[in-house]
Amino acid sequence: MSFVIQQPEVVGNRFARKRLKRERPPLLSVFAGLLLLAASAADAADDRNPAGDAKAAAAGEYEFRINCALCHGLGARGGGRGPDLTRAQKKHVHSDEEMFQVISNGIPGTAMPANGTNGQGVGMTDEEIRQIITYIRSVEVKAGARSIGNGAHGKELFYGNANCSLCHMVEGRGGRVGPDLTAVGGSRTREAMIDSVRNPSRRLAWGLTEPTKEFPQEYETITVVTADGKEIKGVALNEDSFTVQMMDLSEQVYLLEKDKLRSFEKSRESIMPAYSPDLLGGRDLDDIVAFLTTVGAK
Amino acid sequence: MRTRILAARIAICLCLFCATQARGQVTFERILNSGKEPHNWMTYSGDYLGRRFSPLDQINTTTARQLVAKWVYQTGATGKLETTPLVVDGILYATAQDDRAFALDARTGRPIWLYQHALPGDIRPCCGRVNRGLAILDDKVFLGTLDAHVIALDTKTGNVLWDVTAADYRVGYSFTVAPLAVRNLVVIGVSGGEYGVRGFIDAYDATTGERKWRFYTVPGPGEPGHETWEGNSWKVGGAPAWNTGTYDAATNQIFWPTGNPAPSNRGEGRAGDNLYSNSLLALNADTGQMNWYFQFTKHDEHDWDATQVPVMFDEAGKHLIAQANRNGFFYVLDRAQGKLISASAYGKITWSDRKDAEGRPVAKKEASPTLAGHTVCPGALGTTNFMAPAYDPQTSLFYVTARDQCDIFSTAPQPYEAGHAYYGSAYFPSDEAEPYRGFLKAIDPATGEIKWKFEHTSPTWSGVLTTAGGLVFTGDAEGNFIALDAAAGKALWHFQMGGAVYAAPIGFAVDGKEFVAIAAGSAIYAFGLP
Repeated sequence: MSFVIQQPEVVGNRFARKRLKRERPPLLSVFAGLLLLAASAADAADDRNPAGDAKAAAAGEYEFRINCALCHGLGARGGGRGPDLTRAQKKHVHSDEEMFQVISNGIPGTAMPANGTNGQGVGMTDEEIRQIITYIRSVEVKAGARSIGNGAHGKELFYGNANCSLCHMVEGRGGRVGPDLTAVGGSRTREAMIDSVRNPSRRLAWGLTEPTKEFPQEYETITVVTADGKEIKGVALNEDSFTVQMMDLSEQVYLLEKDKLRSFEKSRESIMPAYSPDLLGGRDLDDIVAFLTTVGAK
Repeated sequence: MRTRILAARIAICLCLFCATQARGQVTFERILNSGKEPHNWMTYSGDYLGRRFSPLDQINTTTARQLVAKWVYQTGATGKLETTPLVVDGILYATAQDDRAFALDARTGRPIWLYQHALPGDIRPCCGRVNRGLAILDDKVFLGTLDAHVIALDTKTGNVLWDVTAADYRVGYSFTVAPLAVRNLVVIGVSGGEYGVRGFIDAYDATTGERKWRFYTVPGPGEPGHETWEGNSWKVGGAPAWNTGTYDAATNQIFWPTGNPAPSNRGEGRAGDNLYSNSLLALNADTGQMNWYFQFTKHDEHDWDATQVPVMFDEAGKHLIAQANRNGFFYVLDRAQGKLISASAYGKITWSDRKDAEGRPVAKKEASPTLAGHTVCPGALGTTNFMAPAYDPQTSLFYVTARDQCDIFSTAPQPYEAGHAYYGSAYFPSDEAEPYRGFLKAIDPATGEIKWKFEHTSPTWSGVLTTAGGLVFTGDAEGNFIALDAAAGKALWHFQMGGAVYAAPIGFAVDGKEFVAIAAGSAIYAFGLP
């Protein structure tokens, strides 16, 4: 029995899940709002982001600490949870108005929550959002992103000798045991991606992120022995106190009741091998990260 | 002639109506003697002592395995349901997001009336548009709203009988708490610790809505305790009172817990103990005058509100009150004077390594947040939080939902601006402490010892119910409702409700049949035997 289970994008913010509760405006009304905003942007000078205003940027920094730094890091330099916002090139945002919309409404299908729903801040006024935009613009690195590594070679390695695609999918090609990495380059810093390859157990990837659940499922390693003595080892797709849904290395999905198992073990040692510099040299790793960054920026 | 007969009929009808009305009244005496009406759940914690104990025992360690879902009521609201329903004589009263209130047929879950308060568009409650429930007295239920109103609704129709404004929501005041009805008063504590409000506890005349007293949890100039605040910091000192207190009829005292000083993550600028933040207050119910206080965390810099329900019990002839505090310690106090008897860690803590002369854990200097941030346990969410605990007089154990999580606490200067979030920086989850673990723990109040613990798959915000059937009920983040053996902590039964739990369970009976109910996801679920 084999199920194809679609993996959500692995850009979880565990805290975004916790209180991802405020009603989101339907997509349609967001678009309608965008159109309205676009139409009124010209004459709504007061609503414009006070670019370069040092006082607004300072106020924005307080708001950023409270509302955004949880994932985007202090100084907006990113972290393991959210993208580095000091990069001038952003995947979802170009204009200030787009940034305003993204902060207000979140990005559907990602861990970026709507204003006031990240479980930490109290929600921002429009004025405060504009202060944050001023702050982000003030810390952006004006030069284009440094390009490190050869993406074309990285792609060869990913699907070839480095064996990444045995478990990871990018743009529909690859395995299912590990997280789909198509979008990872757009949401992780280079340092975070390198660390995940060198030390995969340090921070397990987030898997299923149920809106009802505070903590998303992680790619924990599960080993069970069934009632008839069969040992199964794989990754957790989901789990509660009484059941576990898991996938083994051959991509078989198992739906199990814990009290019917002979044994159940869960480990935070990732099933992914740690790629030491002997296994994967620094330059080759840079190339793979360059490949993921190129794909993730699309 | 005809008219006279009609008049007589009307008179008879009215009289019958009067009689019914009188029987249906939930008097103060009925709540005080709630143990005599085990089929009803008439106040937030089930009784004034805060025990969340149901004296019903049809559902017990033997029959629990047969439990089935009896009904589900969809509230139509999105977000967290934190409500504790009330049940009186077959009618269930509860609340949902955005200040909805409703009455249901407790046998079937069918609605009788629905009410929704018209909220202004610019409210910004801190932590979800939540409400934790109603209080009931006579023929009224009482609702505190997110725009800081206190409202009395007719139990029969949901009509508004009075509506008073307690404070200005635009500077951060709100109500999320279930009020406490005592004598002829509706007692309620304010939320807003994230906005630098000046916290208070109010009491309103249940009949008229007239405010009878207000206790400011941050003392003003000339009042004792004012000297524990640096300069003008008291004006924005926080100390909200956003969870329901308990009531001791023998001494006519209300015990009400208070929350964090503001800004929560920055102690600089508010030097001193910051009374009466993070304290348990003993207030005279009639006047609101303070008899004693006990401060759990002095000069808090970690957002460790002490707003957990204080629970009363007697032990070896001593009248005690206990709180499983957000800072990771379980405190037992003498409830006559508020004297500390014991404080025992019941979760992972790193902030304290010694106790003062009174026996109160003292914070290490290096636990203070820094600009760059460093890890302290418990995290900002605390070892426990608002989730209601329970005490079982049969096992003499205290049951509480606990989490082991550590956070990186940072601090930064932040000017106060009315109506704007006022935290003094923020906290971040600490990878060092992963995974975050969640438990139901059974604490022996006599020794502070953990008698048993049940580990959840992940931390939960569910409260706890104990019953005379030898059971503990709780929920989890994965959507399960679970019955456990109160003595040993073994899970006996569970049901997958399909939504995370942020509420606490209750027990009641209708037509002689016992139910347990809890809110999960967007719905209220009731369970019973087949």
